[in-house]
Amino acid sequence: MKRRVVITGMGIYSCLGKNLEEVCTSLYEGKSGIVFDPSRKELGFRSGLTAHLEIPNLKGILSRNQRVYMAEQCNYAYAATAEALKNAKIDHDYLVAHEVGLLYGNDSSAGAVMKSIDTMRDKRDTTMIGSGAIFQSMNSTISMNLSCIFKLRGINLTVSGACASGSHAIGLGRMLIQAGLQECVVCGGAQEVNPYSIGSFDGINAFSIRESEPEKASRPFDRDRDGLVPGGGAATVIIESYESAVKRGATVLAEITGYGFSSNGDHISVPNVDGPSRSLQMAIREAGIDIRDIGYVNAHATSTPVGDANEAKAIANVFGSHKPEITSTKSMTGHEMWMAGASEIVYSMLMMKNGFIAPNLNFENPDEDSSKLNIPAVRVNKSFDTFLSNSFGFGGTNSSLIVKNIK
Amino acid sequence: MEKTKLIDRVNEALAEEFEIEISTLVPDANIKETLDIDSLGLVDMVALVESLFGIKIQAHEMTGILTFENLYDYICNNIK
Repeated sequence: MKRRVVITGMGIYSCLGKNLEEVCTSLYEGKSGIVFDPSRKELGFRSGLTAHLEIPNLKGILSRNQRVYMAEQCNYAYAATAEALKNAKIDHDYLVAHEVGLLYGNDSSAGAVMKSIDTMRDKRDTTMIGSGAIFQSMNSTISMNLSCIFKLRGINLTVSGACASGSHAIGLGRMLIQAGLQECVVCGGAQEVNPYSIGSFDGINAFSIRESEPEKASRPFDRDRDGLVPGGGAATVIIESYESAVKRGATVLAEITGYGFSSNGDHISVPNVDGPSRSLQMAIREAGIDIRDIGYVNAHATSTPVGDANEAKAIANVFGSHKPEITSTKSMTGHEMWMAGASEIVYSMLMMKNGFIAPNLNFENPDEDSSKLNIPAVRVNKSFDTFLSNSFGFGGTNSSLIVKNIK
Repeated sequence: MEKTKLIDRVNEALAEEFEIEISTLVPDANIKETLDIDSLGLVDMVALVESLFGIKIQAHEMTGILTFENLYDYICNNIK
Protein backbone atom coordinates (compact mmCIF):
# COMPACT_ATOMS: atom_id res chain seq x y z
CA MET A 1 0.00 0.00 0.00
CA LYS A 2 1.30 3.44 -0.93
CA ARG A 3 2.18 5.77 1.90
CA ARG A 4 -0.02 8.78 2.60
CA VAL A 5 1.54 12.15 1.76
CA VAL A 6 0.43 15.22 3.68
CA ILE A 7 0.99 18.96 3.61
CA THR A 8 2.34 20.33 6.89
CA GLY A 9 3.48 23.82 5.90
CA MET A 10 2.96 26.56 3.34
CA GLY A 11 4.57 29.84 2.36
CA ILE A 12 3.80 32.41 -0.30
CA TYR A 13 5.23 35.62 -1.73
CA SER A 14 3.09 37.02 -4.51
CA CYS A 15 1.39 40.11 -5.89
CA LEU A 16 -1.45 39.35 -3.46
CA GLY A 17 0.80 39.66 -0.41
CA LYS A 18 4.12 38.86 1.18
CA ASN A 19 2.91 36.08 3.45
CA LEU A 20 0.00 33.69 4.06
CA GLU A 21 -2.03 36.15 6.09
CA GLU A 22 -1.80 39.00 3.57
CA VAL A 23 -2.55 36.69 0.65
CA CYS A 24 -5.54 35.15 2.41
CA THR A 25 -6.99 38.62 2.99
CA SER A 26 -6.47 39.56 -0.67
CA LEU A 27 -8.15 36.36 -1.83
CA TYR A 28 -11.08 36.96 0.51
CA GLU A 29 -11.48 40.54 -0.69
CA GLY A 30 -11.02 39.63 -4.35
CA LYS A 31 -8.11 42.00 -4.79
CA SER A 32 -6.24 42.27 -8.08
CA GLY A 33 -2.44 42.47 -8.12
CA ILE A 34 -2.24 43.69 -11.73
CA VAL A 35 -0.82 47.08 -12.74
CA PHE A 36 0.28 48.93 -15.86
CA ASP A 37 4.07 49.37 -16.02
CA PRO A 38 5.03 52.12 -18.51
CA SER A 39 8.69 51.01 -18.53
CA ARG A 40 7.65 47.93 -20.49
CA LYS A 41 6.34 50.11 -23.28
CA GLU A 42 9.74 51.82 -23.45
CA LEU A 43 11.25 48.35 -24.03
CA GLY A 44 8.90 47.79 -26.96
CA PHE A 45 6.34 45.62 -25.23
CA ARG A 46 2.96 45.23 -26.88
CA SER A 47 1.44 45.09 -23.38
CA GLY A 48 2.62 47.00 -20.32
CA LEU A 49 0.45 44.94 -17.98
CA THR A 50 2.09 42.92 -15.22
CA ALA A 51 1.61 41.73 -11.68
CA HIS A 52 3.28 44.06 -9.19
CA LEU A 53 5.51 42.89 -6.36
CA GLU A 54 8.68 44.10 -4.70
CA ILE A 55 11.82 42.01 -4.52
CA PRO A 56 12.22 41.16 -0.81
CA ASN A 57 15.17 42.86 0.84
CA LEU A 58 17.18 40.01 2.37
CA LYS A 59 20.13 42.14 3.44
CA GLY A 60 20.64 41.43 7.12
CA ILE A 61 18.83 38.09 6.77
CA LEU A 62 21.22 36.38 4.38
CA SER A 63 24.90 37.22 4.03
CA ARG A 64 26.34 38.95 0.98
CA ASN A 65 28.03 35.66 0.07
CA GLN A 66 24.66 33.91 0.04
CA ARG A 67 22.77 36.65 -1.80
CA VAL A 68 25.31 37.10 -4.57
CA TYR A 69 24.38 33.71 -6.10
CA MET A 70 20.63 34.33 -6.03
CA ALA A 71 18.69 35.36 -9.12
CA GLU A 72 15.60 37.53 -8.67
CA GLN A 73 13.22 34.59 -8.31
CA CYS A 74 15.44 33.00 -5.62
CA ASN A 75 14.57 35.92 -3.35
CA TYR A 76 10.87 35.15 -3.69
CA ALA A 77 11.55 31.44 -3.22
CA TYR A 78 13.60 32.09 -0.10
CA ALA A 79 10.82 34.20 1.43
CA ALA A 80 8.15 31.60 0.64
CA THR A 81 10.28 28.70 1.85
CA ALA A 82 11.32 30.38 5.10
CA GLU A 83 7.64 30.96 5.84
CA ALA A 84 6.69 27.40 4.87
CA LEU A 85 9.35 25.83 7.10
CA LYS A 86 8.27 28.03 9.98
CA ASN A 87 4.65 27.16 9.29
CA ALA A 88 5.59 23.47 9.38
CA LYS A 89 7.61 24.01 12.57
CA ILE A 90 10.75 22.64 10.93
CA ASP A 91 13.89 24.33 12.26
CA HIS A 92 17.57 24.29 11.35
CA ASP A 93 18.34 21.46 13.78
CA TYR A 94 15.72 19.25 12.13
CA LEU A 95 17.04 19.99 8.65
CA VAL A 96 20.64 19.11 9.44
CA ALA A 97 19.61 15.91 11.21
CA HIS A 98 17.27 14.57 8.49
CA GLU A 99 17.42 14.04 4.74
CA VAL A 100 14.86 16.65 3.71
CA GLY A 101 14.64 17.08 -0.07
CA LEU A 102 13.87 19.97 -2.40
CA LEU A 103 11.97 19.86 -5.67
CA TYR A 104 11.30 23.34 -7.05
CA GLY A 105 9.58 24.39 -10.23
CA ASN A 106 11.43 26.92 -12.35
CA ASP A 107 11.84 27.25 -16.08
CA SER A 108 13.92 30.36 -16.71
CA SER A 109 16.46 32.72 -15.31
CA ALA A 110 16.40 35.18 -18.15
CA GLY A 111 17.02 38.34 -16.11
CA ALA A 112 20.34 37.00 -14.83
CA VAL A 113 21.32 35.69 -18.27
CA MET A 114 20.55 39.03 -19.90
CA LYS A 115 22.58 40.93 -17.32
CA SER A 116 25.58 38.62 -17.86
CA ILE A 117 25.43 38.91 -21.61
CA ASP A 118 25.08 42.69 -21.49
CA THR A 119 28.21 42.89 -19.28
CA MET A 120 30.13 40.51 -21.53
CA ARG A 121 29.29 42.52 -24.64
CA ASP A 122 30.07 45.80 -22.92
CA LYS A 123 33.29 44.88 -21.10
CA ARG A 124 34.68 42.12 -23.34
CA ASP A 125 36.07 40.55 -20.17
CA THR A 126 34.31 37.60 -18.55
CA THR A 127 35.75 38.33 -15.09
CA MET A 128 33.62 41.46 -15.01
CA ILE A 129 30.47 39.32 -15.12
CA GLY A 130 31.20 38.46 -11.49
CA SER A 131 31.16 35.30 -9.41
CA GLY A 132 27.41 35.09 -8.89
CA ALA A 133 26.29 35.12 -12.51
CA ILE A 134 26.80 31.45 -13.32
CA PHE A 135 24.76 30.39 -10.29
CA GLN A 136 22.06 32.95 -11.03
CA SER A 137 21.85 32.06 -14.71
CA MET A 138 21.23 28.34 -14.46
CA ASN A 139 17.71 27.04 -14.51
CA SER A 140 18.42 25.24 -11.23
CA THR A 141 19.31 28.50 -9.50
CA ILE A 142 16.56 28.09 -6.91
CA SER A 143 17.18 24.49 -5.95
CA MET A 144 20.94 25.04 -5.73
CA ASN A 145 20.63 28.17 -3.62
CA LEU A 146 17.88 27.03 -1.25
CA SER A 147 19.55 23.67 -0.64
CA CYS A 148 22.74 25.43 0.45
CA ILE A 149 21.00 28.13 2.50
CA PHE A 150 18.67 25.77 4.37
CA LYS A 151 21.25 22.90 4.55
CA LEU A 152 18.94 20.43 2.82
CA ARG A 153 20.37 16.92 2.45
CA GLY A 154 17.81 14.99 0.41
CA ILE A 155 16.92 15.23 -3.26
CA ASN A 156 18.04 18.53 -4.77
CA LEU A 157 16.42 19.14 -8.14
CA THR A 158 14.65 21.69 -10.32
CA VAL A 159 11.52 20.68 -12.18
CA SER A 160 11.05 22.40 -15.53
CA GLY A 161 7.65 21.75 -17.01
CA ALA A 162 6.72 25.18 -18.34
CA CYS A 163 3.60 26.56 -16.64
CA ALA A 164 2.99 23.24 -14.89
CA SER A 165 6.45 23.21 -13.23
CA GLY A 166 5.26 23.97 -9.70
CA SER A 167 2.45 21.42 -9.87
CA HIS A 168 4.70 18.68 -11.21
CA ALA A 169 7.25 19.47 -8.46
CA ILE A 170 4.60 18.72 -5.83
CA GLY A 171 3.36 15.63 -7.66
CA LEU A 172 6.85 14.23 -8.10
CA GLY A 173 7.76 15.00 -4.50
CA ARG A 174 4.70 13.05 -3.44
CA MET A 175 5.84 10.09 -5.56
CA LEU A 176 9.27 10.07 -3.89
CA ILE A 177 7.61 9.98 -0.47
CA GLN A 178 5.09 7.35 -1.54
CA ALA A 179 7.97 5.18 -2.74
CA GLY A 180 9.74 5.51 0.61
CA LEU A 181 12.71 7.36 -0.89
CA GLN A 182 12.07 10.56 1.06
CA GLU A 183 10.22 11.40 4.27
CA CYS A 184 9.92 15.12 3.71
CA VAL A 185 10.34 17.29 0.60
CA VAL A 186 10.23 21.06 0.23
CA CYS A 187 8.24 21.62 -2.98
CA GLY A 188 7.32 24.79 -4.79
CA GLY A 189 7.54 27.00 -7.80
CA ALA A 190 8.91 30.45 -8.57
CA GLN A 191 8.67 32.95 -11.38
CA GLU A 192 10.88 35.93 -12.19
CA VAL A 193 8.99 39.16 -12.88
CA ASN A 194 11.60 41.23 -14.74
CA PRO A 195 10.61 42.21 -18.29
CA TYR A 196 13.48 40.31 -19.93
CA SER A 197 11.98 37.02 -18.87
CA ILE A 198 8.77 37.53 -20.80
CA GLY A 199 9.56 39.91 -23.67
CA SER A 200 9.53 36.99 -26.08
CA PHE A 201 6.18 35.87 -24.64
CA ASP A 202 4.78 39.35 -25.23
CA GLY A 203 6.15 39.13 -28.76
CA ILE A 204 3.83 36.28 -29.70
CA ASN A 205 0.74 38.36 -28.83
CA ALA A 206 -0.16 36.23 -25.83
CA PHE A 207 -0.75 39.10 -23.40
CA SER A 208 -3.87 41.15 -22.77
CA ILE A 209 -3.70 44.71 -24.08
CA ARG A 210 -6.53 46.03 -21.91
CA GLU A 211 -4.04 48.57 -20.56
CA SER A 212 -6.61 51.20 -19.61
CA GLU A 213 -8.13 48.84 -17.04
CA PRO A 214 -5.28 46.78 -15.50
CA GLU A 215 -7.48 45.14 -12.86
CA LYS A 216 -9.93 44.02 -15.54
CA ALA A 217 -7.30 42.66 -17.94
CA SER A 218 -7.04 39.13 -16.55
CA ARG A 219 -10.51 37.69 -17.10
CA PRO A 220 -10.39 33.90 -17.32
CA PHE A 221 -13.42 32.25 -18.89
CA ASP A 222 -15.02 35.61 -19.72
CA ARG A 223 -16.30 36.02 -23.26
CA ASP A 224 -14.22 39.18 -23.81
CA ARG A 225 -10.83 37.91 -22.59
CA ASP A 226 -7.97 38.94 -24.83
CA GLY A 227 -4.89 37.27 -23.36
CA LEU A 228 -3.00 36.64 -20.16
CA VAL A 229 -1.16 39.02 -17.83
CA PRO A 230 2.30 37.88 -16.65
CA GLY A 231 2.85 37.55 -12.91
CA GLY A 232 5.33 35.98 -10.54
CA GLY A 233 6.76 35.40 -7.08
CA ALA A 234 7.08 32.06 -5.30
CA ALA A 235 5.12 29.51 -3.32
CA THR A 236 6.34 26.62 -1.19
CA VAL A 237 4.62 23.67 0.43
CA ILE A 238 6.21 21.23 2.86
CA ILE A 239 5.07 17.73 2.10
CA GLU A 240 5.92 14.65 4.12
CA SER A 241 4.82 11.14 4.89
CA TYR A 242 1.93 10.93 7.31
CA GLU A 243 4.18 8.88 9.62
CA SER A 244 6.87 11.56 9.58
CA ALA A 245 4.33 14.27 10.38
CA VAL A 246 2.89 12.29 13.28
CA LYS A 247 6.32 11.35 14.58
CA ARG A 248 7.45 14.95 14.87
CA GLY A 249 4.10 16.17 16.15
CA ALA A 250 3.39 18.38 13.15
CA THR A 251 0.00 19.88 12.37
CA VAL A 252 -1.32 18.03 9.34
CA LEU A 253 -3.08 20.54 7.10
CA ALA A 254 -4.17 18.36 4.21
CA GLU A 255 -3.43 15.21 2.24
CA ILE A 256 -2.42 15.08 -1.40
CA THR A 257 -4.60 12.25 -2.59
CA GLY A 258 -4.20 12.41 -6.35
CA TYR A 259 -1.65 13.39 -9.01
CA GLY A 260 -2.46 13.10 -12.67
CA PHE A 261 -0.31 14.03 -15.62
CA SER A 262 -0.29 13.76 -19.38
CA SER A 263 1.20 15.19 -22.50
CA ASN A 264 -0.91 16.44 -25.37
CA GLY A 265 1.47 15.11 -28.01
CA ASP A 266 0.21 17.91 -30.18
CA HIS A 267 0.99 21.60 -30.79
CA ILE A 268 3.74 23.47 -28.91
CA SER A 269 1.53 26.34 -27.75
CA VAL A 270 -2.09 25.53 -28.58
CA PRO A 271 -3.64 23.31 -25.89
CA ASN A 272 -6.16 20.61 -26.72
CA VAL A 273 -8.99 18.94 -24.82
CA ASP A 274 -7.80 15.34 -24.73
CA GLY A 275 -4.53 15.92 -22.83
CA PRO A 276 -6.01 17.93 -19.94
CA SER A 277 -8.97 15.50 -19.76
CA ARG A 278 -6.61 12.56 -19.28
CA SER A 279 -4.63 14.43 -16.61
CA LEU A 280 -7.86 15.18 -14.73
CA GLN A 281 -9.12 11.63 -15.04
CA MET A 282 -5.82 10.17 -13.87
CA ALA A 283 -5.78 12.37 -10.75
CA ILE A 284 -9.38 11.45 -9.88
CA ARG A 285 -8.72 7.75 -10.53
CA GLU A 286 -5.57 7.81 -8.44
CA ALA A 287 -7.32 9.59 -5.57
CA GLY A 288 -9.92 6.84 -5.60
CA ILE A 289 -12.71 9.30 -4.88
CA ASP A 290 -16.19 9.92 -6.13
CA ILE A 291 -16.03 12.97 -8.37
CA ARG A 292 -18.86 14.49 -6.30
CA ASP A 293 -16.42 14.73 -3.38
CA ILE A 294 -14.57 17.52 -5.21
CA GLY A 295 -15.97 20.77 -3.85
CA TYR A 296 -13.82 23.24 -5.74
CA VAL A 297 -11.69 23.30 -8.89
CA ASN A 298 -8.85 25.78 -9.24
CA ALA A 299 -8.59 26.01 -13.00
CA HIS A 300 -5.44 26.64 -14.97
CA ALA A 301 -7.36 29.17 -17.13
CA THR A 302 -4.98 31.97 -17.98
CA SER A 303 -7.41 34.27 -19.81
CA THR A 304 -6.37 33.24 -23.31
CA PRO A 305 -9.17 32.56 -25.81
CA VAL A 306 -8.24 29.00 -26.81
CA GLY A 307 -6.70 27.79 -23.54
CA ASP A 308 -9.69 28.67 -21.38
CA ALA A 309 -12.15 27.25 -23.88
CA ASN A 310 -10.39 23.91 -24.11
CA GLU A 311 -9.98 23.62 -20.34
CA ALA A 312 -13.68 24.41 -19.91
CA LYS A 313 -14.51 21.64 -22.38
CA ALA A 314 -12.21 19.20 -20.55
CA ILE A 315 -13.70 20.02 -17.13
CA ALA A 316 -17.26 19.80 -18.45
CA ASN A 317 -16.53 16.44 -20.08
CA VAL A 318 -14.95 14.95 -16.96
CA PHE A 319 -17.29 16.39 -14.34
CA GLY A 320 -20.55 15.82 -16.25
CA SER A 321 -23.54 16.71 -14.11
CA HIS A 322 -21.46 17.52 -11.01
CA LYS A 323 -20.96 21.29 -10.93
CA PRO A 324 -18.52 22.36 -8.21
CA GLU A 325 -17.41 26.00 -8.14
CA ILE A 326 -14.63 26.56 -10.63
CA THR A 327 -12.46 29.67 -10.54
CA SER A 328 -9.12 30.82 -11.83
CA THR A 329 -7.14 32.76 -9.25
CA LYS A 330 -5.18 34.11 -12.22
CA SER A 331 -8.00 36.64 -12.48
CA MET A 332 -6.29 38.27 -9.44
CA THR A 333 -2.64 37.29 -9.86
CA GLY A 334 -2.16 37.09 -13.59
CA HIS A 335 -0.33 34.02 -14.85
CA GLU A 336 2.39 33.07 -12.39
CA MET A 337 3.76 30.53 -14.85
CA TRP A 338 6.52 28.32 -13.34
CA MET A 339 5.16 29.27 -9.92
CA ALA A 340 1.46 28.84 -10.68
CA GLY A 341 1.11 25.12 -9.95
CA ALA A 342 2.48 25.64 -6.45
CA SER A 343 0.89 29.00 -5.70
CA GLU A 344 -2.54 27.78 -6.72
CA ILE A 345 -2.23 24.90 -4.26
CA VAL A 346 -1.46 27.49 -1.56
CA TYR A 347 -4.34 29.76 -2.66
CA SER A 348 -6.75 26.82 -2.71
CA MET A 349 -5.49 25.60 0.67
CA LEU A 350 -6.08 29.04 2.18
CA MET A 351 -9.61 29.06 0.80
CA MET A 352 -10.32 25.51 2.00
CA LYS A 353 -8.96 26.21 5.47
CA ASN A 354 -10.95 29.44 5.77
CA GLY A 355 -14.23 28.35 4.20
CA PHE A 356 -14.52 30.50 1.10
CA ILE A 357 -13.93 30.49 -2.63
CA ALA A 358 -12.32 33.63 -4.02
CA PRO A 359 -14.09 35.25 -6.95
CA ASN A 360 -13.18 34.64 -10.56
CA LEU A 361 -12.73 38.36 -11.15
CA ASN A 362 -14.05 39.90 -14.34
CA PHE A 363 -16.26 36.98 -15.27
CA GLU A 364 -18.99 39.16 -16.70
CA ASN A 365 -20.25 37.20 -19.68
CA PRO A 366 -19.76 33.48 -20.27
CA ASP A 367 -18.93 32.08 -23.67
CA GLU A 368 -20.31 28.87 -25.12
CA ASP A 369 -17.87 26.69 -23.14
CA SER A 370 -17.70 28.51 -19.83
CA SER A 371 -21.49 28.73 -19.66
CA LYS A 372 -21.49 25.00 -18.91
CA LEU A 373 -19.45 25.50 -15.72
CA ASN A 374 -20.29 26.91 -12.28
CA ILE A 375 -17.99 29.96 -12.23
CA PRO A 376 -18.69 32.47 -9.42
CA ALA A 377 -17.75 36.08 -10.17
CA VAL A 378 -18.11 36.99 -6.52
CA ARG A 379 -16.77 35.33 -3.38
CA VAL A 380 -18.65 32.26 -2.22
CA ASN A 381 -18.66 31.53 1.49
CA LYS A 382 -18.59 27.77 1.46
CA SER A 383 -16.86 24.95 3.27
CA PHE A 384 -15.32 22.29 1.09
CA ASP A 385 -12.98 19.44 1.93
CA THR A 386 -11.47 18.40 -1.39
CA PHE A 387 -10.20 20.46 -4.29
CA LEU A 388 -8.58 19.82 -7.64
CA SER A 389 -5.96 22.12 -9.14
CA ASN A 390 -5.04 22.11 -12.83
CA SER A 391 -1.78 23.31 -14.37
CA PHE A 392 -0.95 23.11 -18.05
CA GLY A 393 2.10 24.29 -19.98
CA PHE A 394 3.76 24.85 -23.33
CA GLY A 395 4.62 21.66 -25.15
CA GLY A 396 1.37 20.18 -23.92
CA THR A 397 2.47 19.21 -20.41
CA ASN A 398 -0.45 18.77 -18.01
CA SER A 399 -0.62 18.25 -14.25
CA SER A 400 -3.58 17.87 -11.91
CA LEU A 401 -3.43 17.59 -8.13
CA ILE A 402 -6.19 16.64 -5.71
CA VAL A 403 -5.92 17.75 -2.09
CA LYS A 404 -8.13 16.69 0.81
CA ASN A 405 -8.61 18.71 3.97
CA ILE A 406 -7.41 17.26 7.27
CA LYS A 407 -9.09 18.89 10.26
CA MET B 1 47.33 58.99 -7.23
CA GLU B 2 48.72 59.21 -3.71
CA LYS B 3 48.89 55.86 -1.99
CA THR B 4 46.79 57.01 0.97
CA LYS B 5 44.02 58.19 -1.35
CA LEU B 6 44.25 54.95 -3.30
CA ILE B 7 43.96 52.92 -0.10
CA ASP B 8 40.92 54.91 0.98
CA ARG B 9 39.27 54.35 -2.38
CA VAL B 10 39.99 50.60 -2.39
CA ASN B 11 38.83 50.15 1.21
CA GLU B 12 35.65 52.09 0.67
CA ALA B 13 34.74 49.96 -2.36
CA LEU B 14 35.65 46.67 -0.67
CA ALA B 15 33.65 47.53 2.45
CA GLU B 16 30.58 48.31 0.36
CA GLU B 17 30.84 45.30 -1.93
CA PHE B 18 31.58 42.74 0.78
CA GLU B 19 29.45 44.40 3.46
CA ILE B 20 32.11 44.65 6.15
CA GLU B 21 33.30 47.36 8.53
CA ILE B 22 35.94 49.51 6.87
CA SER B 23 37.95 49.49 10.12
CA THR B 24 38.72 45.77 9.61
CA LEU B 25 40.64 46.54 6.42
CA VAL B 26 44.15 46.90 7.83
CA PRO B 27 47.30 46.41 5.71
CA ASP B 28 48.51 43.18 7.33
CA ALA B 29 45.12 41.47 7.38
CA ASN B 30 44.51 38.43 5.20
CA ILE B 31 42.15 39.34 2.35
CA LYS B 32 40.10 36.13 2.19
CA GLU B 33 39.69 35.89 5.95
CA THR B 34 38.80 39.54 6.38
CA LEU B 35 36.32 39.69 3.51
CA ASP B 36 35.00 36.23 4.45
CA ILE B 37 35.30 35.01 0.88
CA ASP B 38 36.57 31.96 -0.98
CA SER B 39 38.12 31.79 -4.44
CA LEU B 40 34.76 32.76 -5.98
CA GLY B 41 34.66 35.94 -3.93
CA LEU B 42 38.19 36.79 -5.09
CA VAL B 43 36.77 36.99 -8.62
CA ASP B 44 34.52 39.80 -7.44
CA MET B 45 37.49 41.57 -5.82
CA VAL B 46 39.44 41.33 -9.08
CA ALA B 47 36.43 42.71 -11.00
CA LEU B 48 36.13 45.53 -8.47
CA VAL B 49 39.78 46.54 -8.89
CA GLU B 50 39.40 46.39 -12.65
CA SER B 51 36.32 48.60 -12.60
CA LEU B 52 38.01 51.13 -10.28
CA PHE B 53 41.47 51.33 -11.84
CA GLY B 54 41.32 49.53 -15.18
CA ILE B 55 43.87 47.02 -13.90
CA LYS B 56 43.29 43.33 -14.53
CA ILE B 57 44.91 41.12 -11.92
CA GLN B 58 45.71 37.85 -13.67
CA ALA B 59 44.76 34.59 -11.91
CA HIS B 60 48.39 33.50 -11.48
CA GLU B 61 49.24 36.85 -9.87
CA MET B 62 46.73 36.29 -7.09
CA THR B 63 49.13 33.85 -5.41
CA GLY B 64 51.23 36.86 -4.42
CA ILE B 65 48.30 38.94 -3.19
CA LEU B 66 47.41 37.61 0.23
CA THR B 67 47.12 40.76 2.36
CA PHE B 68 45.64 44.18 1.74
CA GLU B 69 49.17 45.61 1.70
CA ASN B 70 49.97 43.21 -1.18
CA LEU B 71 46.85 44.47 -2.97
CA TYR B 72 47.62 48.16 -2.47
CA ASP B 73 51.20 47.62 -3.69
CA TYR B 74 50.02 45.71 -6.74
CA ILE B 75 47.65 48.49 -7.73
CA CYS B 76 50.28 51.19 -7.10
CA ASN B 77 52.81 49.35 -9.24
CA ASN B 78 50.43 48.77 -12.11
CA ILE B 79 48.31 51.90 -12.20
CA LYS B 80 48.88 53.98 -15.30
